[in-house]
Amino acid sequence: MNLGGTALVATLAVPAVGAVVLALLPGRFDRAARITGTAFAAVTLVIAALLTVGATDTWAVYDPSPPGAPVGAAPAIWPWHRVDLTWVPGLDLRFQLGVDGVSYPLVVLTALLTLLCCAYTWWRVPAPGRGRSLVALLLVVEVGILGTFLALDLVLFFLFFEVVLLPMYAIIAVWGGEDRQHAARKFALYTLFGSVLLLVGVFTVVAAAGTADLTVLTGGTGLSRGTQIAAFVLLAIAFAVKSPLWPLHSWLPDAHTQAPTVGSVILAGVLLKMGTYGLIRVAVGVAPEGARAAAGVLGTLAVAAIIVGSLVCLAQSELKRLIAYSSVGHMGFVLLGIATLTATGIQAALIGNIAHGVITGLLFFLAGAIKDRAHTGALAELGGLRESTPRLAGLLGFAAIASLGLPGLAGFWGEAFAVVAAWRVGGPLWTTLAVLAALGGALTAAYLLRLLRRVTHGPASPAVLTLTPGLAGAELLAWGPLVLLALAIGLAPTLVLGFAEVPVGALLEAIR
Amino acid sequence: MIQSVDNVALLPAYLAAGTAVLVLLADLLIARRGATVAVFAAGAAATALGAVLVGAAGARRTFCAGTDCSYLAGGRAALVGCLFALLTLGVLALSAPLLRSGQVPPGEYCFLLACSMTGGVVLGAAGDLITLIVALETLTLPLYVLVGLRHRSVAGAEAALTFFVVSVVATAITLLGAALLYAVTGAVHLSRLDAVFTAEANRPVAVGGGFPEGPPLLGLPLTVVAVALIVLGLAFKVAAVPFHAWAPATYDGAPVPVAAYLSTASKLGGVVALLAVTAAALPARLTGPLLAVVAVSTMTVGNLVALRQRRMVRLLAWSSVAQAGYIVAPLGALALSSGRGAEAIDTAVAAAVAYTVFFVVLELAAFGAVVALRPAVADGGEIADYRGAARRRPWVGAAFVLALVGLAGLPPGLAGLFAKVTVVRSLLAGDAGWLAVVVALNAVIGLAYYLRAAAILYAPEPAAARAGDAAAAPVVPAEPGAPAVPPGAPVPAAEPVRPAWAVVAALALATVIAIVVGFAPQLVLDVAGL
Repeated sequence: MNLGGTALVATLAVPAVGAVVLALLPGRFDRAARITGTAFAAVTLVIAALLTVGATDTWAVYDPSPPGAPVGAAPAIWPWHRVDLTWVPGLDLRFQLGVDGVSYPLVVLTALLTLLCCAYTWWRVPAPGRGRSLVALLLVVEVGILGTFLALDLVLFFLFFEVVLLPMYAIIAVWGGEDRQHAARKFALYTLFGSVLLLVGVFTVVAAAGTADLTVLTGGTGLSRGTQIAAFVLLAIAFAVKSPLWPLHSWLPDAHTQAPTVGSVILAGVLLKMGTYGLIRVAVGVAPEGARAAAGVLGTLAVAAIIVGSLVCLAQSELKRLIAYSSVGHMGFVLLGIATLTATGIQAALIGNIAHGVITGLLFFLAGAIKDRAHTGALAELGGLRESTPRLAGLLGFAAIASLGLPGLAGFWGEAFAVVAAWRVGGPLWTTLAVLAALGGALTAAYLLRLLRRVTHGPASPAVLTLTPGLAGAELLAWGPLVLLALAIGLAPTLVLGFAEVPVGALLEAIR
Repeated sequence: MIQSVDNVALLPAYLAAGTAVLVLLADLLIARRGATVAVFAAGAAATALGAVLVGAAGARRTFCAGTDCSYLAGGRAALVGCLFALLTLGVLALSAPLLRSGQVPPGEYCFLLACSMTGGVVLGAAGDLITLIVALETLTLPLYVLVGLRHRSVAGAEAALTFFVVSVVATAITLLGAALLYAVTGAVHLSRLDAVFTAEANRPVAVGGGFPEGPPLLGLPLTVVAVALIVLGLAFKVAAVPFHAWAPATYDGAPVPVAAYLSTASKLGGVVALLAVTAAALPARLTGPLLAVVAVSTMTVGNLVALRQRRMVRLLAWSSVAQAGYIVAPLGALALSSGRGAEAIDTAVAAAVAYTVFFVVLELAAFGAVVALRPAVADGGEIADYRGAARRRPWVGAAFVLALVGLAGLPPGLAGLFAKVTVVRSLLAGDAGWLAVVVALNAVIGLAYYLRAAAILYAPEPAAARAGDAAAAPVVPAEPGAPAVPPGAPVPAAEPVRPAWAVVAALALATVIAIVVGFAPQLVLDVAGL
């Protein structure tokens, strides 16, 4: 195994070892355990960030050929580093990992958000305490998410997809809000419903193609049209539950609202991205015929998600629930981008993924902070936040504006270019979808501005007046990187797109 | 006629039967519980070892009539024999508190268990229908007594009677089927039946009317009835719907270790018998649709009813009904698969065997945890009795959760996940996609009740205020100490008792095996493919 391969394995091994170490630490070293867990998360982030060393096709080292030049006979997936070990030959399961420009930004985002969440637990562990277990579970979730993004074997991908489920269930069920049991069960059952269909879809493909290697499978070689359509339907439903796509989204508001702050951040920030990433890499990549056949349906549902999500948000009266529903709308833009099956659309989806992860992660951190202070999440009782805690209100304003897609901030690129991509596909259907999506973008602005008007402006309510203006150091530490990223990606989208350009081109070449 | 008998092939059966006799003698002559149990344990271990050694030495056969043999000691027989011996050993370990309590007579208990083990060991090697049914009865008969062996237990007596009546009817049905099949084909040997049906399936189509006399065998109503009766009779033994109703009542009334034996070893016996007749003898065209229907209804009914259970053993019983559906599913796909060649059958059988192996390990671990968490002589109790049990006994609780999650088929219970993957893969390889979807959706229903049981283990106790355990009680602390019960607080229903070391050892071993095969499932797949 070369250095790159070792780094890939280490990306998964470090948080896994961290979780085991934390589980074995005696319970009385709770604070030490939280710090240890954060250290493991930090090491993971460093290793994950270093995965780009040795890459040949990014904005940093890529020698740009003249625009429009064909990618040529390059393989559909050309990982910078890869590991390929035998695990269970009887089930076509190989321990095959790789990282490329599509997965790299998501890997780094996952490692970053986990680190921030772990660090946040220094300052605050939600009731009923036991921060050690919480951090250990966060690390297990990280292993599952990173493994999903890194897996280049379909069966391994499914395996990591499943790993996330129960630790996340436990995070919601133990540390969540009032109605946590119900929300956690709903999350677990919905998600399992998705992942069992993923299992069937994966083995539909594997049984027909005789291999589970994604680098071989991408492009749909060797699969009949019927198999591809069946596989795409199964896989798309599986990923639609995770993403979530309307009308399979109803687990999300409950889970996000009831989860503790760190759980919501991980859920919204990166867990949903497993669905959209899977849709791009697995569903579209392996069954392009099916994707083309279902693109119209997918696009229509995505636009429905945008409109429905925005309308529901306009009527929400609870802070966390509003942000949760806003995810449905934002992920709708991402799915719309994927459904166009064009380079612009998929790139918009990838940058939309990252932007949503950063911004919504920040929004959930802020919402958690507000709820922890004011002990209420009702918008009506939060008026006048600007007067008592101006910094918190300012940050909330920044995040909300970033979320509504103001040009210059991260949220703009994904939404704008998803609409552009849909418009460019042309035809009555896609033109209508583009118009409706643009309308949805306006609605997004409407509900986020309504949120700001209700929370930061307006007459101060008694619950808010008693708040102290200061912010804890750990809070600034956790939020700072996200604020900077939201700015940086907004000003220089090439931070994400530069990685994705070549692999997306190769993917589209392969599925043509 | 003098028949030469290959005694080496029979060695595991001799060892198992010898164990039963020695246990009886030890009880008679030494009359001490420790000696009886030690003899039994040594005998069961020797049986497992013998089965492995004979299996490793290559395929053997004996009691032959021509080319058809009644006793086939091959790789699969070794696997079954070894599994039975180990499961019996495990159940014996779980029985330690029961035996110590004096609720059951140790000599009789051990003897009956050893007899049952003998039936199981022979079952794996059975090569004809009569040997098969006799072995299956030898396996089951002692269990009627074991279920009701507890002194003054009405529930036990009721359970034993239910089990007895249903099981005898099932055996009669199977025997009737075997007799009818003999009337049709003139064969009892599985290999002979296979030859007859293969020849029948390949019979050239009559073009000019000059081909073999007689109606086609597979079209005869009598053949269909005979095959259906055999399969349905055996479905009783695996507690498959619609012949499942005995299982929950019997499991719940039996002592918990006997319930563990029923849901692992006894179920394994039924699966082995079903596999033997469907894979090697009966035509897949007839058994396939029947088993597909049985599989779908078994897993669906089992899972749906399990959702409503309030008692722990009943929950496990219904879940094991559902699991039987997953085991049978690959066989149901046989008839639907386009290939239907020897390879397709091998894949399906290997998947069913692999699932069974994963399942019995997890099931034994689950029952082991139930025994460890309950007082010595108590039954499984209500699910609510387990509230907070994992906080009092973290390691046992963790093992229980691992077993439950494994049965649900999710990480970290990787053994169960790979079991489900194996079944789904074999179904899709056999072109039975709809059956794979049914299995998958059932897994979702299953999670609902496994999750409920697992969550209650970590739920805060009603007596202890939430503030009390907020500070301490991590998920897996190092010290499995007693909880700090504030003075005057109501004593919880299930006072933590230190379980016998044998129970802990069996639970630990089952859990370790489950973890090992979870990370290296190829071990099981290799063995299942023998």
